[in-house]
Amino acid sequence: MSHHLVEARGLSHVYADGTVALADVSFRITHGESVAIIGANGAGKSTLLMHLNGHLSPTSGEVRIGETPLTKETLPAIRRTVGLVLQDPDDQLFMPTVYDDVAFGPRNQSLPEVEVGRRVQAALERVGIWHVRGKPPYRLSGGEKKRAAIAGVLAMAPDILVMDEPTSGLDPYARRQLIGLLGEFRHTRVFTSHDLDMVLDLCPRTIVLLEGAVMADGSTQDVFADDALLSRCRLERPLALQACPVCGTKRF
Amino acid sequence: MTRVAGLLDFRRLDLLATGDSSLHRLDPRAKVIVTLVFIICAMSFDRYAVAPLIPFFVFPIAVIATARLPIAFLSRKVALVLPVALLIALPNPWFDREVLLQLAGLEFSGGWISLLSIMLRSLLAAAAAIALVAVTGFPAICAALGRMGMPRPLAVQLLFLYRYMTVLGEEAVRMTVAREQRGGGPLSIRLYGALVGRLLLRTWDRAERIYLAMCARGFTGDFGSGQPSRLGRPDIAYVAGWCGLFLLLRTQDVTQWLGAAVLGALR
Repeated sequence: MSHHLVEARGLSHVYADGTVALADVSFRITHGESVAIIGANGAGKSTLLMHLNGHLSPTSGEVRIGETPLTKETLPAIRRTVGLVLQDPDDQLFMPTVYDDVAFGPRNQSLPEVEVGRRVQAALERVGIWHVRGKPPYRLSGGEKKRAAIAGVLAMAPDILVMDEPTSGLDPYARRQLIGLLGEFRHTRVFTSHDLDMVLDLCPRTIVLLEGAVMADGSTQDVFADDALLSRCRLERPLALQACPVCGTKRF
Repeated sequence: MTRVAGLLDFRRLDLLATGDSSLHRLDPRAKVIVTLVFIICAMSFDRYAVAPLIPFFVFPIAVIATARLPIAFLSRKVALVLPVALLIALPNPWFDREVLLQLAGLEFSGGWISLLSIMLRSLLAAAAAIALVAVTGFPAICAALGRMGMPRPLAVQLLFLYRYMTVLGEEAVRMTVAREQRGGGPLSIRLYGALVGRLLLRTWDRAERIYLAMCARGFTGDFGSGQPSRLGRPDIAYVAGWCGLFLLLRTQDVTQWLGAAVLGALR
């Protein structure tokens, strides 16, 4: 079970133009945890995600997945372990049909076609869109695209799911459905999001970033109760934790 | 809105390929080969050829009829090549003034005849290509070309071109709408440059994100495909039949035979 760990040790990243995107970030996410990384625009959330999948290499510090440090040699194995779902599904659905797209990962693992078919069907059924398998991506709705992108990653059978802004651009119903789906997964999950109500629903633990540094790392309830911290990090309480504008009562 | 309609048109062409007819079911390679041989045969006549080109129209017409494709829609797509062909052929009547044909007291120079020939060939090539896409689908054509020895990077490029044409088109439409929204008058060259540059940068960013998504799913430079289809008897018959006809039309003066036969029957 140890390979479900995600760990950052003193992780720093400075872009070529001198922008410090991450400054000495350390955390340890353990097996089966569901963790939100939140922060204002430009706080370093996306940069951090790129590190978890080895798309960026640290200026200093290291990332460990399981007990393995992320290096050039361990990269292929780590990318099989960590499934990354991008914010814009159009970036991820590049094959001509949904089926081919979900099959892309398993085929890269050189699995026999029968096994590829099995995995594709399981992944598409898991996210509830097996019926659109023959369609080209541009004929899907926003919610279906998101599900297809997630299926593409699930078909790789990852232990850890890393998702950038999973609910962005979805209508309320599709968003609610997706939150339900993500809540059913038993993987170790890391989300970035501005959808703080989703964070409240899905993630018992939250890490707050400000200008590349970890400002808070703790239980989501505690983080959202700290108004001074939230306003310093250009965040606010989720709507569910704010008083109702009509009757003045709180949901939680 | 015309631009948005253009995008939808492209999608419609793509949808046609999901149809089910005897032609749709053929191996894409067979259809690609027949189309290539067709284009080579039709293009390789000498520049004054007009009459020998006419019988070649039987191929696109047969494909459209067999696959029950919407003829008005496809004709509009085919007609798009006419202005381009005209632009290429237009100087001919000026440069080539030697009289080659006299018909009902009118004299036709070689230039006018070669102009007509170029237009006919363009129509033939465009009709064959569009009919091929409509019964096969672009991805299957790319896969077929790849299996027939086209370098893989080129096949992958074509696939991506196909996949992101709509995404890029939508981005271009959004930019145009944003410009017109704020009262953008006629498009100056400078503004045009800025817009195209912007689009290029966006494309670049997107390309990087796509590559990232590919690497995240273990891309190693090799595009796996599903179970490859095998050339069956109908495929071989299709290739042999059409290619035989094209070679016959190319090497024998079939129009003259037909003309003689018709005249003989009339007498």
